[in-house]
Amino acid sequence: MEQTTYQRPDEHGYYGSFGGAYIPEMLHPNVEELKSRYLDIMYEENFQKEFHALLRDYVGRPTPLFLAERLSKQYNTAIYLKREDLNHTGAHKINNAIGQVLLAQRLGKKRIIAETGAGQHGVATATVCALKGIECIVYMGEKDIERQAPNVARMRMLGATVIPAVSGSKTLKDATNEAIRDWINNPTDTHYVIGSVVGPHPYPDMVARFQSVISEEIKAQLKVTTGKELPSHVIACVGGGSNAAGAFYHFLDEPSVQLVAVEAAGHGVNSGRSAATTQLGNPGVLHGSKSLVMQTADGQVVEPHSISAGLDYPGIGPMHAHLFKSGRGTFLSATDDDAVAAAFNLCKLEGIIPALESSHALAALNQMKLSGKETIVLCLSGRGDKDLATYMNKMDRI
Amino acid sequence: MSRIAKLFGSKKQNVLNVYCTAGFPELNSTLAVMKALQQHGADIVELGMPYSDPLADGPVIQDSSMKALENGMSLSVLFSQLKDCRKEISLPIVLMGYMNPVLQYGFEKFCADAAAAGVDGLILPDLPPYEFETEYGAIINKYGLDFIFLVTPETSEARIRQLDNLTSGFLYAVSSSSTTGKDKDLKAQEGYFRKLQEMELKNPVLIGFGIKDKASFEAAAGYANGAIIGSAYIKALNNAADIDKATSDFLASVLK
Repeated sequence: MEQTTYQRPDEHGYYGSFGGAYIPEMLHPNVEELKSRYLDIMYEENFQKEFHALLRDYVGRPTPLFLAERLSKQYNTAIYLKREDLNHTGAHKINNAIGQVLLAQRLGKKRIIAETGAGQHGVATATVCALKGIECIVYMGEKDIERQAPNVARMRMLGATVIPAVSGSKTLKDATNEAIRDWINNPTDTHYVIGSVVGPHPYPDMVARFQSVISEEIKAQLKVTTGKELPSHVIACVGGGSNAAGAFYHFLDEPSVQLVAVEAAGHGVNSGRSAATTQLGNPGVLHGSKSLVMQTADGQVVEPHSISAGLDYPGIGPMHAHLFKSGRGTFLSATDDDAVAAAFNLCKLEGIIPALESSHALAALNQMKLSGKETIVLCLSGRGDKDLATYMNKMDRI
Repeated sequence: MSRIAKLFGSKKQNVLNVYCTAGFPELNSTLAVMKALQQHGADIVELGMPYSDPLADGPVIQDSSMKALENGMSLSVLFSQLKDCRKEISLPIVLMGYMNPVLQYGFEKFCADAAAAGVDGLILPDLPPYEFETEYGAIINKYGLDFIFLVTPETSEARIRQLDNLTSGFLYAVSSSSTTGKDKDLKAQEGYFRKLQEMELKNPVLIGFGIKDKASFEAAAGYANGAIIGSAYIKALNNAADIDKATSDFLASVLK
């Protein structure tokens, strides 16, 4: 496929003015090793074979593309759900975790570290490490450990060591800092599995490529169902942005496809308790790349808020920052309440309990002007089992 | 000639660079700390610009940064504190920090204000050579500031040469691949230090990370032009009732 500015960054990792590798020299050998080898390893025949076999036989891919008839009727248009919630471990995160752990093995690494917010990426990484018999250490904000107890238990059961990040705001951004510090202190034997399309180049590109299986399948499945490969819209929630990157990937250069990214507005974009990075952020450097970052006027990174721990991140991947700035992507946001309402609506209409993250994408349907002729694909990035405590709490009020 | 170049012109060995976080332990203690360091034997003052997400730092410096931010430190406040510092401080001053606050302040405005305040050099560990060469280096040079790159035991010889060429002031040799404040044996890195010596680099070399007392300072200074102390001094300042006395006692323990 031809190189384009949307799908792939330039050789230094830039999508337009966003990206790069803003890392201390201590990380240069690790990142350079990855940068010089990831494409060769990823596209090597045996790697592809093992990766796709695991996606099929272990993860359960392809995930269905489900025409949600009652939801479609409600919005008077055709809405397909890409069922990433049906993956083993319950979310799209496993696609990337398998890819990176296989890659780490080929790089000769003996130890895997990861960061996690909601715990989905941590669980996915712990799962693959268990499968492959590799040591796994997961950094998780102390606050997130409290609010995502079932996922913490799952990671421990899978043999991973969960280390609480106690610095800063004790959430995802601090877990990421701690993982990076671990990598600095263990430069030769450790691979850092980043869970989203963030971090220094080549992470955003590498993670997007591993997740691109989502849009690859959407294209093929849509062709079978509708006779056409291209939907009118692809909708996905965005924290760092990995499920959106995967769902958008093969449509990035198809201008007829509207790419709709949905951020978490928390209590409202201007409430002071939000995670809507494109609305509130400024260009800055966080976790190794230049992107949009929520920060104070002095450049201190602020603590975001979302009801979903997976979207509770003060940055956004550089690919998405570029999609936003260039206008190629449409960025909407949904509040905590919008997301919860959309989740209950999906349960009622389709018998599917979505993850709180995915519920933000569902909530965006209310904001779109629909003519009735659309073919919408919405990435249902994960399932809601992990969020039951939050949902139960809200259920009393409906 | 820059203050840093002048220093290394007259002192080739045992140069002591001491790091402290601006706005720590008190918002307005920055100048007092600098004066104490000058008074009691430091050769360079490295002022940390506190940041919420300091990737290369260990817990001691991180905590001091958090404290400084809680105290109200920011780049604007720092520059206002440094405004008249040259009336009292003759030591070279190097600012150390991370890209994000600097970008938010405005990179060129930052360089201009730093130069106007009498700052001599910059250490921005997350500004790598590619971005330095294509975008930021020209601005730094325009304001006559030195820019100091880091090298580590894992940095290849070719890359050490590249970084040495881009650096002015001194080259910062990280003693081992780690965050700041780790207790690691310098002896284990002898081969790396010797390699740096034998390469006959353009810049003087200071060794940092893990230097905490007389023994480690002397060991490091034996391999290079001197060394950098950070976390150990921050610990000494923490809860110190008297900054001047704490600094005097600390520097005496390292130098005498």
